[in-house]
Amino acid sequence: MPGVFDRLPEWVNADAALVRRGRYLSATFLVETGDTAWLVTVHEGRVTRVERGPFLMREWAFAIRASAEAWRRFWEPVPAPGFHDLFALTKGGHARVEGDLQPLMANLRYVKDLIALPRGRA
Amino acid sequence: MADYEPILGRYLRLDHAGRPHRLYVEEAGQGIPLVCLHTAGADGRQWRHVLNDAEITRHFRVLAFDMPWHGKSLPPAGWQDEEYRLTTQGYIDLVLAFIETLGLERPVVMGCSIGGKIVLELARLHAPMFRALIGLESADYQAPWYDDTGWLHRPDVHGGEVSGAMMSGLIAPQSPSETRWDTLWMYMQGGPGVFKGDLHFYRADGDFRDRVAEIDTSRCPLYLLTGEYDFSCTPADTERTAAKIKGARVTVMREIGHFPMSENPAQFRRYIAPVLEEIRATG
Repeated sequence: MPGVFDRLPEWVNADAALVRRGRYLSATFLVETGDTAWLVTVHEGRVTRVERGPFLMREWAFAIRASAEAWRRFWEPVPAPGFHDLFALTKGGHARVEGDLQPLMANLRYVKDLIALPRGRA
Repeated sequence: MADYEPILGRYLRLDHAGRPHRLYVEEAGQGIPLVCLHTAGADGRQWRHVLNDAEITRHFRVLAFDMPWHGKSLPPAGWQDEEYRLTTQGYIDLVLAFIETLGLERPVVMGCSIGGKIVLELARLHAPMFRALIGLESADYQAPWYDDTGWLHRPDVHGGEVSGAMMSGLIAPQSPSETRWDTLWMYMQGGPGVFKGDLHFYRADGDFRDRVAEIDTSRCPLYLLTGEYDFSCTPADTERTAAKIKGARVTVMREIGHFPMSENPAQFRRYIAPVLEEIRATG
């Protein structure tokens, strides 16, 4: 079954402005979409690896976890109020952000743009 | 011929909190004074579309100042050794000093976010001074949507970049690209720690849950308008606040977030024009 982030490297790496925005980020982070876990590895703004779980014992800098339903609504072409932004999801109790937040906050626009890429494509 | 906008920008010397300040003020129009208060960590440019709206400036003298530390208003001398923190009292004093210095008679005050919040205290404490009060994205309290405002001011995170990225979520998805990014640019331009200092008022000092019921709208009309995409001050926060204030008028604005006048001026106009018309008609 194809996964929502399978084509993430293609989407990100073809977007020169996005890659430039993330040029100081090199990290692996976890995204959970319901029962499915994804490890996304970024090197200087380019996505070099996307792995689909389950994982047994892996490291990541930060994690963004939400239900499949929350992501589905987040990725709608015009998301409803409360589902239109990462922090709208967390405030509403639909998502959790955990781990080392410094690389996330220092590259927040990049990460927000990256996780929104399935919007209208998923 | 030069394509000047009708907005006039000037610097106003004003004493505030016992110290001389130099406040940047933009103004357009004539008639009923309409003082506009910008959001935390931003500046008066948020009101540029209201200031440029000929239908509004035909009847209103629109004034928007940059708070000290914001936009083109410098911090007071000696700032380099201080941590900036906005307080309820300091904010009230600033607005009153501005009105008094300019000799504005029974102005309308319209504020957004922190500006919308201070409007509640102006309504409670100084109602007879005003013709009407308008709070945008205004509530007596709003639950925080992130734990630590320290992220906005630390050396290993760029304050402007993170402020812009945080605020991007408070803009409705329908807002036009140009005005969305104008709005975020102001956040990206803020001085170090200034947005965080404003949030001291927004999140901590400005908890008015115990006092908004004292507001008497028979002394001064109070309009509260909140965007449906605002998850910082939600429509539910505004409605809960208004439920305690007899006579407060609430409007939930569709396809708008936390920055109505700046993120989507055309959509905001649909909601604010009838309010201003009503204020004008009732004198």
